[in-house]
Amino acid sequence: MKRIEAIALAGRAAAQQDALLICNIGYPSRELFSVSDRPENFYMLGSMGLASSIGLGLAIAQQKKRRVMVLDGDGSLLMNLGSLASIAHHAPENYLLVILDNCCYGSTGSQPTCTSLGTDLAAMARAAGVRSVRRAEDREQLAEALLGQGVVVAGVEAGNAHVPIISLSPQEILERFMRCARPAPQS
Amino acid sequence: MNPSRAVHLGLRRAGIDFVASVPCINLQELLGLIDADPDIIHLPATREEEGVGICAGAWMGGRRPALLMQNSGPGNCINALASLDMLYGIPLLMIISHRGGRGESIIGQVPMGQLTVPLLEAMGIFHLSPSPAEAGEAVAEAWNRAESGHSPVAVLFDLDFWRSL
Repeated sequence: MKRIEAIALAGRAAAQQDALLICNIGYPSRELFSVSDRPENFYMLGSMGLASSIGLGLAIAQQKKRRVMVLDGDGSLLMNLGSLASIAHHAPENYLLVILDNCCYGSTGSQPTCTSLGTDLAAMARAAGVRSVRRAEDREQLAEALLGQGVVVAGVEAGNAHVPIISLSPQEILERFMRCARPAPQS
Repeated sequence: MNPSRAVHLGLRRAGIDFVASVPCINLQELLGLIDADPDIIHLPATREEEGVGICAGAWMGGRRPALLMQNSGPGNCINALASLDMLYGIPLLMIISHRGGRGESIIGQVPMGQLTVPLLEAMGIFHLSPSPAEAGEAVAEAWNRAESGHSPVAVLFDLDFWRSL
């Protein structure tokens, strides 16, 4: 499946689940913005590698009241592998990390990552202690995995869709996201 | 006052309710106080940069976050502090054990110890280095600066601080 198809599926699932969605830097955020923009999406514009960590802090802050989904990439996760250990032991049940594995750095010219040589991110997640780890190789498998928790590694094709850059400022992205993400005041 | 208790009191005064940490020997007692505090969620991170991401997510979810670390940590965090916290305007209180100064016995602590303040200054990050008597107020003031300035701030505690009683 193409990455933008996987992103569209995840965006739709997040909307159906009323989930907050953290999206990785670069073309993935642009693709999500173009196919499934909603204020509950947080588009990363920097800090490559930290999508899974932002989602983890958010999921814990929500204290299981709100589902949190993260769209990460193979190259980005390889920059922050310690996050898998933190997720394994601290992620609440409202957390789902979706790794879109296209075996390359898709936003910088498709230079291959080590997953192209056989590095297995699902096995690494399991070895880190994540109990629920799934693989999804097609749309049906991904749609089912998006209902779960833990970690999903979705195989996607290399290549970016022709989508424009995000027309929101960082402050706009944060403000509208936080209006959705902050718990309602206690009455 | 005991230095660790003074910092903990400052965190409480600031309303900090979420802490991520990478340990330093000088933070040992403070981390114990935080673990025993029912009003603070504590998440140990594997690396300081991961902690910046975790704390940013916690802020988005309505928490007041602090990141506890040794001063080697800011060196691991610079890109995240700039292209996450400073880019979006996300506040963060950094509580930093500042090694490498007077009385340091580990030579490996000296280079980053000397670079910590220049790095913070180069990034335009507000920082304080209080005494134990000033610590509670300084930590609370630092958080207020972070929240009102939509920015990371740092409070540095050197070897003299932790050895004072």
